[in-house]
Amino acid sequence: MSEQVKVDPQRRTLVIAASAVGGAAAVGAAVPFVMSLWPSERAKAAGAPVEVDISKLAPGELGVYEWRGKPVWVMRRTQAMLNDIKQDDAKVSDPQSSVDQQPAYAKNEYRSAKPELMVLVGVCTHLGCSPKLKGPADKAEMGADWNGGFYCPCHGSKFDLAGRVFKGSPAPKNLEVPPYTYLSETTVLIGEDKEKKGA
Amino acid sequence: MASRLMALWNWFDARMPTAAEQWRIHAAEYYAPKNFNFWYFFGSLALLVLVIQIVSGIFLTMNYKPDAALAFGSVEYIMRDVPGGWIIRYIHSTGASAFFIVVYLHMFRGLLYGSYKQPRELVWIFGVVIYLSLMGEAFFGYLLPWGQMSYWGAQVIVNLFGTVPFIGPDLALWIRGDYVVSDATLNRFFALHVIALPLVLLGLVVVHLLALHDVGSNNPDGVDIKKVKDANGHPVDGIPFHPYYTVKDIMGAVVFLGVFCFVLFFVPEVGGYFLEYNNFIPADPLKTPPHIAPVWYFTPYYSILRAVPPLFNSQFPGVLAMGVAVLIFFFLPWLDRSPVKSIRYRGSLWKAALAIFVVVFLVLGYLGTEPTTVWGQFKDPWNILDTKDVATWVARLCSIVYFLFFFLMPWYTARDSVKPVPERVTA
Repeated sequence: MSEQVKVDPQRRTLVIAASAVGGAAAVGAAVPFVMSLWPSERAKAAGAPVEVDISKLAPGELGVYEWRGKPVWVMRRTQAMLNDIKQDDAKVSDPQSSVDQQPAYAKNEYRSAKPELMVLVGVCTHLGCSPKLKGPADKAEMGADWNGGFYCPCHGSKFDLAGRVFKGSPAPKNLEVPPYTYLSETTVLIGEDKEKKGA
Repeated sequence: MASRLMALWNWFDARMPTAAEQWRIHAAEYYAPKNFNFWYFFGSLALLVLVIQIVSGIFLTMNYKPDAALAFGSVEYIMRDVPGGWIIRYIHSTGASAFFIVVYLHMFRGLLYGSYKQPRELVWIFGVVIYLSLMGEAFFGYLLPWGQMSYWGAQVIVNLFGTVPFIGPDLALWIRGDYVVSDATLNRFFALHVIALPLVLLGLVVVHLLALHDVGSNNPDGVDIKKVKDANGHPVDGIPFHPYYTVKDIMGAVVFLGVFCFVLFFVPEVGGYFLEYNNFIPADPLKTPPHIAPVWYFTPYYSILRAVPPLFNSQFPGVLAMGVAVLIFFFLPWLDRSPVKSIRYRGSLWKAALAIFVVVFLVLGYLGTEPTTVWGQFKDPWNILDTKDVATWVARLCSIVYFLFFFLMPWYTARDSVKPVPERVTA
């Protein structure tokens, strides 16, 4: 490049402008391709949040709802049940929910946004069977210190009424808490965080 | 007859002289150092495996169905009902592991002889990009049989992206195209596996070779053979790639194919290492296998991921460490400050560091295939950073050493005692 080439500034400007416009068009053309990777309308409909009316649930009654193909358990726990959960602290392997199995607002010993309302994905974290509710009345089967909770019939994992796994169970983690948000005092939307709704 | 063929060739050559010219540049008159040894087989072997994977892959797509409801069944159909289907499938699954074995040895050759050093930095960088693409290709392909390990492996890996601060959950959703790994995910992974990444890989291989042929091959002595040339301008220590190295590489290919066929015919699963046993169970989104492990070629990085304890309630530091562990290879040409290339003329510091690195890489690789409880637990009160598992602690130490190998490299390579490098390659 020893030869000096005369640059026509007007041409150069045109080349730069054309390149910029072409580049913008290329970026624009990429948009539909990138967008096509988001969940389709069908997938969104199938994964939509589920509204649950908790006023119909008697205290201690277990409501089962389907969300994204999984059973979601909802229960209004009584004060006695909450006391029992506190008693279980020493017997469960992750009492304070340090393992990431719940939204931030359920990272506490009751594993819920409001202490009384339990919302859990009813799928055992071991091999994915669905555990069964066993009340304090099932002491004969579950042992003398059983305060009520969930028992997985497949491999014998035990969880308390906050979905915390008891030590010695084959399940490695507490039951998952799905994201949920209160629409009113009596309605809960399962599958959507408050923060998400605002965004 | 011969003259007819010659005439036909002349006709062709007159219209497209590029063909003969490229053959000259890249084969007949590409002068490669005459002292290539065993370690120099793996480049051409990687190319061979790429061809094997493309051919077997094309035939697999003729019967495979990228549909969550049909995928597992179609693979079993290929294995049982399609004539020769089982061998094509095993060729492809064995080829995947063979690809990584060959590529890891190829990269190790680079470490042994300093092949990434000036002026071959670009060759190395394109090589690392190939390695990354290959990882993507393997990951996308592993979902396709839609077995339990396919499914949960993909679930775990996609969830890694979910740990990225702020955009993580949306990013994972965008990658999956659904709230869980599903039919949408399978379909897009199929597209990426059979067309997008193979095209990228082929392009990168061309670039890798062009970059190599511009600067010329390194050799076990790390000597620049272009310094000493004969009257014709050819390097005295170089020999034409064709026929000398084509013949040598064919010999390597024959031995390689012998080993390949042994695995293919007698131990295609290699004890669960090439094909995990859990993957013969159809994917079940409601049943998590008790122990999820990636295939062996990802396990060193998986070990590093598991070894990093969660910080600030996030797995992201582990993900970051894993990413850095892979990407750090890009910086090798600048981390290594040694004045010599080949290990033959380097000092004990480099030799020790490289040996330790190999051991650590293998230990991490082994631990990644096993549950963290594999080596039992420390007795109380040895509960440090939330774990008593011996294996987790070994993995942590190995991860630290892994990073020290790179981070301390500028220091120990600059201080290492080196031997004088000869002017010409040694016999």
